[in-house]
Amino acid sequence: MSNQDRADNVKTVEQSTQRTVLRSILVACGMFAFGFAMVPLYNVFCQVTGLNGKTDPDPYLYKAAEAKVDTSREIKVQFVATKNAGMGWDFSPSTPQVTVHPGEPGLLTFVARNPSDKRMIGQAIPSVTPFEATNYLHKVECFCFTTQTLEAGEEKVMPLRIIVDQDLPKHIKKLTLSYTLFDVTHMY
Amino acid sequence: MSTVTDSVDTDVKAHEDHGPAKGLMRWVLTTNHKDIGSMYLWFSFAMFLTGGAMAMIIRAELFQPGLQIVEPAFFNQMTTMHGLIMVFGAVMPAFVGLANWMIPMMIGAPDMAMPRMNNWSFWILPFAAVMLISTLFMEGGGPNFGWTFYAPLSTDYGPPSTTFFIFAIHMLGISSIMGAINIIATILNLRAPGMTMMKMPLFVWTWLITAYLLIAVMPVLAGAVTMMLMDIHFGTSFFNAGGGGDPVLFQHIFWFFGHPEVYIMILPSFGIVSAIIPAFARKHLFGYTSMVYATASIAFLSFIVWAHHMFTVGIPLIGELFFMYATMLIAVPTGVKVFNWVTTMFRGSMTFEAPMLFSTAFVVLFTIGGFSGLMLSIAPADFQYHDTYFVVAHFHYVLVPGAIFAIFAATYYWLPKWTGHMYDETLAKVHFWMSFIGMNLTFFPMHFVGLAGMPRRIPDYALQFANFNEISSIGGFLFGTTQFLFLFIIIKCIRGGEKAAAKPWEGAEGLEWSVPSPAPYHTFTTPPDVK
Repeated sequence: MSNQDRADNVKTVEQSTQRTVLRSILVACGMFAFGFAMVPLYNVFCQVTGLNGKTDPDPYLYKAAEAKVDTSREIKVQFVATKNAGMGWDFSPSTPQVTVHPGEPGLLTFVARNPSDKRMIGQAIPSVTPFEATNYLHKVECFCFTTQTLEAGEEKVMPLRIIVDQDLPKHIKKLTLSYTLFDVTHMY
Repeated sequence: MSTVTDSVDTDVKAHEDHGPAKGLMRWVLTTNHKDIGSMYLWFSFAMFLTGGAMAMIIRAELFQPGLQIVEPAFFNQMTTMHGLIMVFGAVMPAFVGLANWMIPMMIGAPDMAMPRMNNWSFWILPFAAVMLISTLFMEGGGPNFGWTFYAPLSTDYGPPSTTFFIFAIHMLGISSIMGAINIIATILNLRAPGMTMMKMPLFVWTWLITAYLLIAVMPVLAGAVTMMLMDIHFGTSFFNAGGGGDPVLFQHIFWFFGHPEVYIMILPSFGIVSAIIPAFARKHLFGYTSMVYATASIAFLSFIVWAHHMFTVGIPLIGELFFMYATMLIAVPTGVKVFNWVTTMFRGSMTFEAPMLFSTAFVVLFTIGGFSGLMLSIAPADFQYHDTYFVVAHFHYVLVPGAIFAIFAATYYWLPKWTGHMYDETLAKVHFWMSFIGMNLTFFPMHFVGLAGMPRRIPDYALQFANFNEISSIGGFLFGTTQFLFLFIIIKCIRGGEKAAAKPWEGAEGLEWSVPSPAPYHTFTTPPDVK
């Protein structure tokens, strides 16, 4: 190898090294972005598949034509009210369970009371089990669509209207709709 | 695999006056891959002792049921910091150190592709480690939420020092990414003429694949801790359900990083034993090509199995089945590797010097860890094993003999090349047997207590687990104290001993044995011709 050859060789090695490094840095930056992209991707994925029991965050639009009641079967819907750690409100459903036909609306209420001496804001997060039933339990009216503000000592009766979809898989006979109440006062 | 036709003697003489600078600043300013490799290895050993000391505290507390030595809050900090320090401080830097030392010499390159960045990626580490360890002395103590730092345990309920923990992880991540980019650039661009990809030693191959895993997943970890930082300080709700986020999302992001991460800690080991077993069996490695493809398959599969860490958090049946089968599939390429090692040994003229002892133990014990991994991969059975000591037994069986024993083996194997002296073989064998017995005494009984239902990460336990825990603790103390013998053997070898030949191991293959021992400060400034 002559000196000229060697010098040329060094140059091409340098160039190809730079290309490799640039590409690797791009991959690393891309993967950093992918980490954040997982947040919306995950939410879309959960909504489509009902993974994690995440229910639709918006009210269900009641379509009269589709709302034919399937009287051939009865579905038990149970309600669970949980308070997240540090949440001091009283929070419970008016009835632990309703029995409805698919397509028939079920109406009940939840009661929340703020026993503290401060104005507080709460947010209830719903979740459905079994997960595969998530997309078949519709909420026409729910206190979970917005935050709930309670003055010190205030009590509030909050209506909940649900409809079980007629397409609910036949083997599911019992659903659980669980609410966890979070104190979100510090966020507002 | 390859031989050198060029004489290296002239090369060495021409560069005699280019020796290392004198004084302490040599180590701060060095861009030499051998210096940086040594610093990585010493740093990793210091972290190994630090993390090991924490393990000793854990084992001392668990020696008897009840609370004897430390507060439960401090115990939680110990389990967390032990995991973090061993993963990010001991195992990963040790492999990067070995890569720095050996990869340029194995592919006939004069140095790493980016020597200055190499210096920088090392010198970030001590600062990150100091920041991480300093959290233990802060108000509220250090991280106490386990090395997996699940949100909201780490965001809503973590100590104030969590912010420092997050920045330490950022720095460790930046260091790893830079190290990985450097290794990729070195392997792809600086190979000597004739050193084709399929002639590269397996250590180089496994590290190339590991480096790709690193640049793919360390940024995801950086993203996860950044989201934590924003949740804690900037009012976002990535992982806060009350604000519309999802704590389970954290687990998905974490394990998307976490599962490839565990392969990052094992793939270079595969490369190490694939160098050592042929050398001491005096046969060529059986199935070189299949080893390369098996490594690549394992790396690919590592991206699609993460949710097997989350079987019990609630995923749909179809998800459980997918992740179960995908996980079991990993046993196939891993089995290919184990069979290749065994076949390499088969009918070889084997001798059992320390590197071979550690490598043989690696094959046997790593396989045991692999089998308990298969047990854990069965989704319905995992509900029984999840978060018990069975999991602790499993991952210590793959990490202690898998990563640590391979690092010991590599150290003994290449120590003559690094220092120019042979190490004390008798002491090294004592080190092996004490480590081997200590390790098995510590972790084997954990299988039993785990199956019987002892949960992990607890400072106290039910009385029926007392005997097995006592055995585990005794084994742990044995394993821990033995590592001071390792330190002694290394220092003794650096200070003197029988002169090592350029190729001290009869059956060894590779370019690194064509340079004198100790390896000159600069090697392969003119590339060797590889046949």
